[in-house]
Amino acid sequence: MTDSKAALKAFRGEVAAWMAENVPADPGFLLPLTFLEVGTEQQLDFLREWQHQLWSAGYLGMHWPTEYGGQGADPAYQFIVDKELSRHNAPIIFNTIGLNWVGPLLLDMGTEEEKAQYVKNILSAEEIWCQGFSEPDHGSDLGAVQTRAVKEGDEYVVNGSKIWTTLGNYADHMILLARTNPAAERKYDGLSFFLSPMKVAGIEAHPIRKVTGEYGFNQTFFTDARIPASCLMGEEGGGWKVAMKTLEYERGVTAGQASGHWGVTIQIDDMINELRVLEQDGEALLSDPIVRDDLVGFMMEAKALSLSARRMSVSALNTDYPMGLALSVKYRGTEYERRMKQYTASKQGARSALYVGDADAVRGGFWQRAYFSNFGATIGGGTTQVQANIIAEHVLGLPK
Amino acid sequence: MFSYPQNLAISLTEEQGMLLDVARGFVRDQAPIEAVRAQLETETGYESRIWQSMVEMGWTGISLPDEVGGAGMGIGSAVPVFEALGGGLLGTPLLSTTIAGQLIWRAAGEKAADWLGRLCGGQIGTVALLDHADWGVPNTGLKLDETGSLSGRKHFVADAGVADIFVVVANENGTPVLALVERNALASDALSENVLIDLTKRAANVDFTGVTPAHVVRGDSVASALRDTLLLGALLTAAETTGAAGRCLSSITEYLKTRKQFGKLIGSYQALKHPTVDIYVGMENARSFVYHGATIVADEPLSSDAEVACRMAKVAADDVMVYAGDRAVQFHGGFGFTWECDSTLFIRRAQWAQQMYGGAIHHRKRLAALLLDNEENG
Repeated sequence: MTDSKAALKAFRGEVAAWMAENVPADPGFLLPLTFLEVGTEQQLDFLREWQHQLWSAGYLGMHWPTEYGGQGADPAYQFIVDKELSRHNAPIIFNTIGLNWVGPLLLDMGTEEEKAQYVKNILSAEEIWCQGFSEPDHGSDLGAVQTRAVKEGDEYVVNGSKIWTTLGNYADHMILLARTNPAAERKYDGLSFFLSPMKVAGIEAHPIRKVTGEYGFNQTFFTDARIPASCLMGEEGGGWKVAMKTLEYERGVTAGQASGHWGVTIQIDDMINELRVLEQDGEALLSDPIVRDDLVGFMMEAKALSLSARRMSVSALNTDYPMGLALSVKYRGTEYERRMKQYTASKQGARSALYVGDADAVRGGFWQRAYFSNFGATIGGGTTQVQANIIAEHVLGLPK
Repeated sequence: MFSYPQNLAISLTEEQGMLLDVARGFVRDQAPIEAVRAQLETETGYESRIWQSMVEMGWTGISLPDEVGGAGMGIGSAVPVFEALGGGLLGTPLLSTTIAGQLIWRAAGEKAADWLGRLCGGQIGTVALLDHADWGVPNTGLKLDETGSLSGRKHFVADAGVADIFVVVANENGTPVLALVERNALASDALSENVLIDLTKRAANVDFTGVTPAHVVRGDSVASALRDTLLLGALLTAAETTGAAGRCLSSITEYLKTRKQFGKLIGSYQALKHPTVDIYVGMENARSFVYHGATIVADEPLSSDAEVACRMAKVAADDVMVYAGDRAVQFHGGFGFTWECDSTLFIRRAQWAQQMYGGAIHHRKRLAALLLDNEENG
């Protein structure tokens, strides 16, 4: 269904009014820039309460079915909410792995029991989800994962280790890719996909400190951890297909995500407003012809990304390379943001060297932190270099 | 607070979509690359039957209004046609004729209906603009004196060798005017052909000294028509260049999928794969800008959003085509270095296109002023 422009406009007004009333004030402690950097109980409690509040108001998972906690509305409504969250500088909606990957996956491929058990609690933030795909020796090469799951009666016994498990130390559940059959002829056929509990004996998440100085990642160790056999999603040995579907949601290739507000939104306008008040050689930074030209480059990149996103809906302009624009979004967008943040962090004179915690840092060290944090986007969900391979092989048809 | 102008309109009308299909089909069937190659060293650079077909399909009048004999579809509708022509590296004087039509129409309107009707009907037009090699300054060197006679030369006049109508940008007592000159008014030795880097294109220097124009367009509209026509020239060149970049990309991917070295298809090497992806992404960027431009340019004087769109389209198309042409030669190895390889055509097209209607730096400098100094944004 497509709702009228007038209805959407009225809705936008309603949401804006709600935000003005309900977006929480600065709590007085540092909030994470993205869902990848939730590092303290204080942050967790604050964000959990905020997500619950947004969902209770009916503004989260708006296009998900009502029987699982959604509103059964057109996706345009959630898009408006996300825009308004960004516009009101609202704290992030942090249960991202649940909201954007697991939820859509379950609605797409899950059984009735799985949907009923998990989906609503993802929206309400009653249950936090993490993802167990990458391993210390297998990051981008997921097909090679070694964590073992051996069936014993009505349980699987899991041994091994997962890494970069965002929210792992707080999570209630993990989407786990593990090897159930090491003897399978194709390595992919030996993998199974589990909706694993996290709070069981033998599973331990150890926080890892990041380049930003913050936490959020974990290494998760499985030592004879026993999980119910009913946690298996799909068939044993059919995990690869489910994992690939998950990555489509993670990479934004397939729609259905509950909220786009998983990180503090940084726009080209923020960059230019920041640089406009800075000086260099005793003059406004923006009077420097080289800086001006650099900024034109960034503005063009920002505009090209927006235009190409819109062009995806003009089908006649997408026939030469089907899926090409969709597959390019992460490749282009994340790299553009990384360079844009690095640029802004580096144009502050001696203050470029200051970091979060220094009273003289430009905007509290925001840009320096944002630059480092952005590697979560250029590495997570498949590195830029892997994305380039995917585009080369799937869009341009080049050989592996 | 600064707020980046966010006109993001991008659409394709049914007519534009049909034109894209028809023009691509025409190029594929009527002007395969062998036919284009056969024209590289001929005098005109194109087959007259190709031009006749274009005229019969109405392409010379697509963007001119009904009342002067055109199709009234607006200049945005020329964009898919030029993208398709670029995709086949097919020259022809269509770009020159389209630009001449736009300049006359925007400066004189229906008062020049006869001239515009002739262009719609298939006579070839061109704008004689440049006094020098600099796209960034006014052209005031060619004078129209009180006796009604022209004096001076124009440089790099596209398709001058075949043009029936020259739209000469002249200076009358310090004011820009358009002098419309018939081909038969030129002296027999008025033209000296340029040796262009792109052999699918033609241009010449033209001496207009002593010529009395058949008609002169005067008035305030001349200056704004000139400004807008240069921007439209940038947009249409960007469309053509984006088409060429798409074709260049497929020539690269075809080679990478078939050529083996060290026992492997060379397309499996990331050193070749990743730059090819960047060509693809750059081409899609340029295409988005081009169709954004096609969506917002209109018969009315161009808005500042349209100006931004035309300039960005040109920058994006130049950048990707120069990169694509350059890498096409390199990735084809020794064969890429030869005349037989189509990469030769692409790299030459890239070097031709990147200067037309101003290069990337020309436009970026103006974009900086438009986007960073505008009071509304500041």
